[in-house]
Amino acid sequence: MCAAPASALTSTAHITVRNLTMAYGSFILMRDLSFVVNRGEIFIVMGGSGCGKSTLLRYLIGLKEPGPGEGEIFYGSERFSGATAEEKAKIRRRFGVLYQSGALWSSLTLAENIGLVLEEYTDLTAAEIREVASLKLSLVGLKGFEDFYPSEISGGMQKRAALARAIALDPEVLFFDEPSAGLDPISSRRLDDLILELRESLRATIVVVTHELASIFALGDNSIFLDPDKKTITASGPPKELRDHCADPKVRSFLTRAADGVAP
Amino acid sequence: MPGFGPCGSRQAGGTSAQEAGYTGERILAAGWSFGDATGMEQASLGVERRELSFDRAADGTLRIRLGGSWRIQQGLESTALLEREIRGKPKPTRIAYDTGDLSEWDSSVLTFLVKVRDLCEREGIASDLAGLPAGVRRLLDLSRAAPQGEQARVVSGTRSPLARVGDAAIAAADSVVEQLGFLGEVALASASLLRGRARFRRQDLLLVLQQTGAEAVPIIGLIGFLVGLILAFVGAVQLRQFGAAIFVADLVGIGMVREMGAMMAAIVMAGRTGAAFAAQLGTMKVTQEIDALITMGISPVEFLVLPRMIALFLMMPFLCLYADFVGIMGGAAVGVGMLDISLNTYIEETASAVDPSDLFGGIFKSAVYGLLIAICGCASGMRCRGSAAAVGEATTRAVVSGIVAVIAACGVFAVIFFILGI
Repeated sequence: MCAAPASALTSTAHITVRNLTMAYGSFILMRDLSFVVNRGEIFIVMGGSGCGKSTLLRYLIGLKEPGPGEGEIFYGSERFSGATAEEKAKIRRRFGVLYQSGALWSSLTLAENIGLVLEEYTDLTAAEIREVASLKLSLVGLKGFEDFYPSEISGGMQKRAALARAIALDPEVLFFDEPSAGLDPISSRRLDDLILELRESLRATIVVVTHELASIFALGDNSIFLDPDKKTITASGPPKELRDHCADPKVRSFLTRAADGVAP
Repeated sequence: MPGFGPCGSRQAGGTSAQEAGYTGERILAAGWSFGDATGMEQASLGVERRELSFDRAADGTLRIRLGGSWRIQQGLESTALLEREIRGKPKPTRIAYDTGDLSEWDSSVLTFLVKVRDLCEREGIASDLAGLPAGVRRLLDLSRAAPQGEQARVVSGTRSPLARVGDAAIAAADSVVEQLGFLGEVALASASLLRGRARFRRQDLLLVLQQTGAEAVPIIGLIGFLVGLILAFVGAVQLRQFGAAIFVADLVGIGMVREMGAMMAAIVMAGRTGAAFAAQLGTMKVTQEIDALITMGISPVEFLVLPRMIALFLMMPFLCLYADFVGIMGGAAVGVGMLDISLNTYIEETASAVDPSDLFGGIFKSAVYGLLIAICGCASGMRCRGSAAAVGEATTRAVVSGIVAVIAACGVFAVIFFILGI
């Protein structure tokens, strides 16, 4: 495994994963996953299609739970895996998640989608909630779309609206599952810019699951590479350094789009 | 197979042929695609057939001659002849090809060559592909390339019947555990509802109330009326023989109010609303909307299941009452139209036959049926796994389990009411 030195290693650990095994029943997808996401960095989880990137995200946000002896997940110093439902809910309150499909609640308008989260966790009045929702929508370039339903706007707009919902509570950690899936190059570029912008303004830790090279290099401070053959992490470090210096030909060819093992 | 192979490309394989000792032979390779003018012409003439022959050189080389037209329509070639050739005489050390007379080829050649390749590997015979058309060689290389780094989530393949029975049993046990877990969550959510702490949107509840209440009235009316009519018909035929036609009113009144009103309303609602609940929640599961609720710290059971349960619990008694009423009207239609009973007499007879305890028993049962339908519908929706087909399965499961639950509950109520003497 090649581990290029990460420049941000001195800052404090935000998410710590230790010896995580991911499994569907008796079928083991990945084992011995250990990594640290530092506070304020953009961390990329990369790997080919179907290698378990999105499943790793499900573990990180608690939709899947490691069984006994299958590893641990910590947020700061708080243990997330195996925590009680209440403790989990408390930690989750600091999350924002952007799902692959956007996952906006289709029966609610965009303003209501964002407002629902605010209703749950703040004591704002209806008018104030609407004001905050409008602000969040304007941050993602959707001012004036408050009363549209998700089905009435385009896929790229849905993604951005979902991002607005994810940042409704000014989260400390933002998760992105394949942010550019299904978007044209310009929309996905705009989304990448938006992610960078948000990192600067929110000072959030950001975890991005993706296989889009452009996004990987544009965003990534640090990354891990999941190898479905070895069923574990085969490389970690800043993506650009991995591309230029990683000893594993598979990682290099992934990052340079070369055919198997051949760097151009 | 249009565009298959390099159409009309020619390739001289002379070098390797010389190595093998067939000097001076011209090896010509040509791949034809179907629909090609020449191919059509030959097919219509019907002259070209596939040819396969072997000859041996002194240095132990077995040369396979492929000639004529190899088309998949003529079936696939087996390697039986070749095997006999290899086993019969001293074993060849090397296999070479001569395709000089091969006029056209498609997948039938490839399947044959793949079999030959496997055979050579098994027997430890070297094979020299140089005599083959370039397109065939390229496709053979491709077929050998191993799949890379992709894995399926479930190991597929045929499993023994015993293992499949075991899988099914494990899946059934898992599903029981899952259902119990769901019931537990529903119980917890109901408890927090009673404490006034459940969280869902009032608009959602109002919308579901409208869907399960007002919008269901026409179909409940139709079914209730017809059931009353049928009960009256069946009763009339029998009771008329004894001159007791007036008791049709008793039969329909008691039958509708005690059992059929609640039951028919429940069955209609299981098909109509239980299925809708399962499809809604199943789709939300597929589009990750339920995941989004969970990660936002909002309980999907409180947010989605509770309003649906409350709505059906509140609306079913009204629907049941309505079904009772139109059912009795259906009976009256038969009584007045067929048995010449006056409407007043019919209604008086009904009123004297039906006890208020019958009415309240029926209404109580309908509220319970409502809860059961909502729970079955929502449970199968929440259990849905990520695909469009799964949503269809969830809907089917919701209707089937809803109707089964209602009829089973009806049986339980019959016993309880009998023991209590209601």
